Amino acid sequence: MAKHRELGLTDAEFDLILEKMGREPNGVELAMFSLLWSEHCAYKHSKKLLGKLPTDGPRVVMGPGENAGAVDIGSGWSIAFKVESHNHPSAVEPFQGAATGVGGILRDVIALGARPIAILDSLRFGELDSERTRYLVDGVVRGIGHYGNSMGIPTVGGEIYFEAPYEQNCLVNAMCVGIARTDEMVRAAAEGTGNQVVLFGSKTGRDGIGGASVLASAEFGEDDEGKRPTVQIGDPFEESKVLECCQELLAADLLVSLQDLGAAGLTSSAGEMASAGGTGIDIDVGKVPLREADMEPFEIMVSESQERMLAVVEPGKVEEVLALCTKWQTDSAVIGEVTDTGSFRILKNGETVGDIAVEDLVDGCPLYDLEPDEPAEWIYPNYVTLREGADASEITLSLLGSSSIASKRWAYDQYDSVVGSRTVHRAGAADAAVLNIPESDRAIAIAIDGNGRRVACSPRLGTIEATLECAANLACVGAEPLGVTNCLNFGNPEKPTVAWQLSQSIDGLADACRALELPVVGGNVSLYNETPTGPIYPTPVIGMVGELPDPETCAGEPWRDGDWIALAGPFNPSLAGSELEKARGQLGKGLPEVEIEPARAAIELIRESVRAGTIRTVTDVSDGGVATVLSELALGSGVGCKVTLDPVIVQRDCSEEDALFGEGSGGFILAGDRQSIELLGGQGVQIEMLGRAQGNEIRIQAGDTAVDILVAEAKASFESLAHRIEL
Amino acid sequence: MIWGVLQFPGSCDERDAQNACELAGAETRLVWHEETDLSGIDGIVVPGGFSYGDYLRVGAIARFAPAMNAVADFAAAGGPVLGICNGFQVLCESGLLPGALLTNESTRFICRQGDLVVGDADSPFLSGMSPGETLSIPFKHQTGRYFAPPEMLEQIEANDQVAFRYAEGQNPNGSLNDIAGVVNEAGNVIGLMPHPEHAVDALTGSTDGLKLFRGPARVEA
Repeated sequence: MAKHRELGLTDAEFDLILEKMGREPNGVELAMFSLLWSEHCAYKHSKKLLGKLPTDGPRVVMGPGENAGAVDIGSGWSIAFKVESHNHPSAVEPFQGAATGVGGILRDVIALGARPIAILDSLRFGELDSERTRYLVDGVVRGIGHYGNSMGIPTVGGEIYFEAPYEQNCLVNAMCVGIARTDEMVRAAAEGTGNQVVLFGSKTGRDGIGGASVLASAEFGEDDEGKRPTVQIGDPFEESKVLECCQELLAADLLVSLQDLGAAGLTSSAGEMASAGGTGIDIDVGKVPLREADMEPFEIMVSESQERMLAVVEPGKVEEVLALCTKWQTDSAVIGEVTDTGSFRILKNGETVGDIAVEDLVDGCPLYDLEPDEPAEWIYPNYVTLREGADASEITLSLLGSSSIASKRWAYDQYDSVVGSRTVHRAGAADAAVLNIPESDRAIAIAIDGNGRRVACSPRLGTIEATLECAANLACVGAEPLGVTNCLNFGNPEKPTVAWQLSQSIDGLADACRALELPVVGGNVSLYNETPTGPIYPTPVIGMVGELPDPETCAGEPWRDGDWIALAGPFNPSLAGSELEKARGQLGKGLPEVEIEPARAAIELIRESVRAGTIRTVTDVSDGGVATVLSELALGSGVGCKVTLDPVIVQRDCSEEDALFGEGSGGFILAGDRQSIELLGGQGVQIEMLGRAQGNEIRIQAGDTAVDILVAEAKASFESLAHRIEL
Repeated sequence: MIWGVLQFPGSCDERDAQNACELAGAETRLVWHEETDLSGIDGIVVPGGFSYGDYLRVGAIARFAPAMNAVADFAAAGGPVLGICNGFQVLCESGLLPGALLTNESTRFICRQGDLVVGDADSPFLSGMSPGETLSIPFKHQTGRYFAPPEMLEQIEANDQVAFRYAEGQNPNGSLNDIAGVVNEAGNVIGLMPHPEHAVDALTGSTDGLKLFRGPARVEA
């Protein structure tokens, strides 16, 4: 096979390279092209679509194109955040794949000059009865904990879903949130001819070669074991030193710009720095500190060794920079210079071994139009896990114990959630994580969401729902959303069905963000999540950051005996795409239409009520429907409830089963004193009083159907997952 | 009172420890691991984290840090020294405290809010508490299973050197006798696995940890 094809370039792309260069690329140059022209680096199948997303807003400090996005939270402080995938490395080597996924997203935030203060993870695995799934879960959870815990960054939230289409291709998306003084943030652009390029952090080794092209931008096949060497090895100790070193370098104002080395290593970091600065750059591979002395120039240029940073430094400050690196016991070297040539030159001890125009390398990759085609039928398999004829009580217990709904405390307990002393709501404790930000006299809330199954039913509506759910989660703690990051996990975009899923999903994201007036400030696209058995569920993972004025008033309290319970919002329950439909093996295409404006009004009402302190118990209706949410609230507080859903059936014109187990956007369950709840009525948001919190039973009446279970039974079911996962 | 908070490469709870000392009314100074001059410092915190990455045995490298030699002298002169988590491990490795910390029985990292019961130990750190009192403090570690050979364990118990035990049924790691923290014979050096520096603000869970940081100042006054 021709060399360029082995490296993942098509014949047409190779011809374009020949045309642009006017000659054959040598080995170093070809390797560099193959990586920067990979899907992972060039977004060649998604860039045109991503242009539809709104990216501007009054609070945006850094938008797409920087290492991470950032929004202003006032008092001179900004919050930087980004989510990124490490799916294929984690599927091949779960512990290191997940660990380096965390390490990489931390560096993106560190590169802005921010100090990371929180990590969240969005994980997808196959069903738990698979041995491979249990192996992946164990490794991924340990890997995330290993890296974040060692770094002293709290993991404060996340979500874990188990669905068969992720069996061979798990998803590991990590989100990092950091804090920085707005006027001290740094950009990644290389500026100033004659400025020096300093590489610091870990030595460069042979790990991770071809990660972005061979591993991340290709489907999985049968020889995946052979791809283990393309996975990098994480060293959180090194990153911890690099973090503190960066903080000192920036505090001393020693850097012109800073960039982390991620996918495609030096090639992408140096190339993108030069591109952003409109300059040229020389890199001498002979000066790069190496783990193995005999590395080839191309290996040095594409190595994805972790824990490395690249900085542009004025010549007069180089000595001070190197001295600080020495203090933090981290390797450092001047490896190049910013030039005015517009060329990315690779030298080896002064001799040129590669020379590419920065523009050709970074922006020259052709962008493709997709050929979307909506599949006529549901393309994913269905499995029955619920006994036929199960009554409402049995269904409720079964849903509470189902892998995606049941408690994930067994995972969250393995993560340090308290380091930093900011964590007001820990993972699983409320709808969104809440972190205290005394620096700016306020708090932030963070949510991450994306139900792939519902997106599979309707890519556009499912994505709108995921975005609304994030905003609803923030509202439940009183936070106003400021910005969005996303990680778009899809199959092979060259296939029409996947192309349709991707384009529909991005349309949905754009619509929802525009309606909520929310800018998308950064993100990541992960395509080719596909194995010989088919693509994963299309899974856009939405990360959202919001602010709240007072961390003392952020709800999340359990309901109390005697509290009144109500349903609020334009919730229109339907079994389409629901957990119950999944359990019955009846999943199919389509979701009911989502009305964004009424949902937005409900979100705002809930947010203001939480802020005012009139609501202390509130959660949005999501997986498993109203019966499941009520049961979760009951088992969380230890107090049962006696409610009737008859007003819901009447007001929302739905069936008994829809009222109990139907899903959809825009619903909130709230509890508190009757007067406070009644005061919420008449403000343009639909509200039905359902009953009261009391006793040790969960009794939910819906017409002639009833759920009647003990709180203790619900709790046992909800906490059953840890045993089933064999912890 | 001025607390010196040690900082090794890989420390990650040192800023929280500083914050806790300051909330308890003291001043703080970060002490870099290569420093040996502790003059002007009234108490030492060896904080949590992963000193030097802890890729060898926990605390095994940190005990050789120049600053730890100075801490040993400081402790021998009766100065108060508090080791938290990795700091506890380092103090055990240094021989300033008896026993050793082994990997949790589950082999996994655990992090959860839990209850500590104050022991009978006589130490300035416990001066604001009574034996049997319960504190709500986060447990957070992967290598926190307290171990001592039978004779040593017997001696620790006989000397009332147990500062804290995990509340009944809450032992997260398999520690012998539910031991969560111990003091040296003189009572001026204390180490514990749970994290009092993360329990200093009701907003983030509890303020019980402050008592520990106020102890030595209370005795001094």
